[in-house]
Amino acid sequence: MTCHDYKDLMMGYLDGELSDEQKRQFEEHLASCPECRGELNEFRKLKAITDDVTLVEPEDRIWQQYWGGTYNRIERGLGWIFFSVAGILLTIYFGFKGIEALIKDPTVGAFLKVGLIALLVGLAILFVSVLRERLYFWQKDRYKDVRR
Amino acid sequence: METFCQDEVTALRRCRRGSRDAFEPIVKRYMKDAYFIALGLVGNREDALDLSQEAFIRAFSNIKQLNPDKKFFPWFYQILKNLCFSHLRKRRTRQDCSLDAADDDNNRQGPVAVDDLFTPDVLAERNEVKKKIWKAIGRLDEKHREVIILRHFRNMSYEQMAQNLFCNKGTVTSRLYYARKRLKELLGKEMGGSTNDVS
Repeated sequence: MTCHDYKDLMMGYLDGELSDEQKRQFEEHLASCPECRGELNEFRKLKAITDDVTLVEPEDRIWQQYWGGTYNRIERGLGWIFFSVAGILLTIYFGFKGIEALIKDPTVGAFLKVGLIALLVGLAILFVSVLRERLYFWQKDRYKDVRR
Repeated sequence: METFCQDEVTALRRCRRGSRDAFEPIVKRYMKDAYFIALGLVGNREDALDLSQEAFIRAFSNIKQLNPDKKFFPWFYQILKNLCFSHLRKRRTRQDCSLDAADDDNNRQGPVAVDDLFTPDVLAERNEVKKKIWKAIGRLDEKHREVIILRHFRNMSYEQMAQNLFCNKGTVTSRLYYARKRLKELLGKEMGGSTNDVS
């Protein structure tokens, strides 16, 4: 084994994660390798100062309100989903009714009616095109099952 | 511990059927881990609290994707980690954009780094050395920062880290080695020497 192979054992040795056999093997190497001994000492110092850093524990109030806050946000999320679905459905319904009324209205000029129909057809084409593109890329995406 | 695992399985089963109340013991069990990991990854309290709660919300919404035979925390950890890193990336992009705008006005500023978010007010005890370590942790790249946080701030064993990172113990050891090596370099630069200067 080279020094490089002992690097992984060095971390385990430092963190007390080695089996007795691995520990003995690493200590044997240490005895004959001043370079690894030096590096281990550096890591020991780093570990000591890093372990000494502690983070502020938030006030108890934060933990007491934590679940309540999370619950409310879950509930609000569901509320927003229903609100959005209802909003979309109502907009489509009233939009359709309004356009239907405009087209059937004899007082509205043919120019406006044609413009409105062209606008709707354009929107429909754009929607179908984007949807098809998304679907195509989703089916072809080789990485879709990769856990990110 | 055994009882809790059994309780967790039962609670998760109820969550899958849509029970929000069943999610309470799970949130209460892991909220501290979630908060402190997020704090270690993003560096400030407000964002850590918000992101850890958001991760629980997303976990609940997607609970059906969790394999019933698998543990909750490693799966949850992926959600939390992705949220934290994507939050940092968005923040960096926003800052880059504002810097570009500032450049347009011939008003040049220095580059914005993630470690700017790593404010020392989250440290329980503040002295120069600890502030520098905290800043240096903020300068590590994502993969290295997460192993340092899990090991040093959550005291996880290599086995637990491997479970949470979905990798084997060898990968954990190797990442820890390079993370510590990089941290040593960053601290060396900060202190104008090596970690020998720190005591």
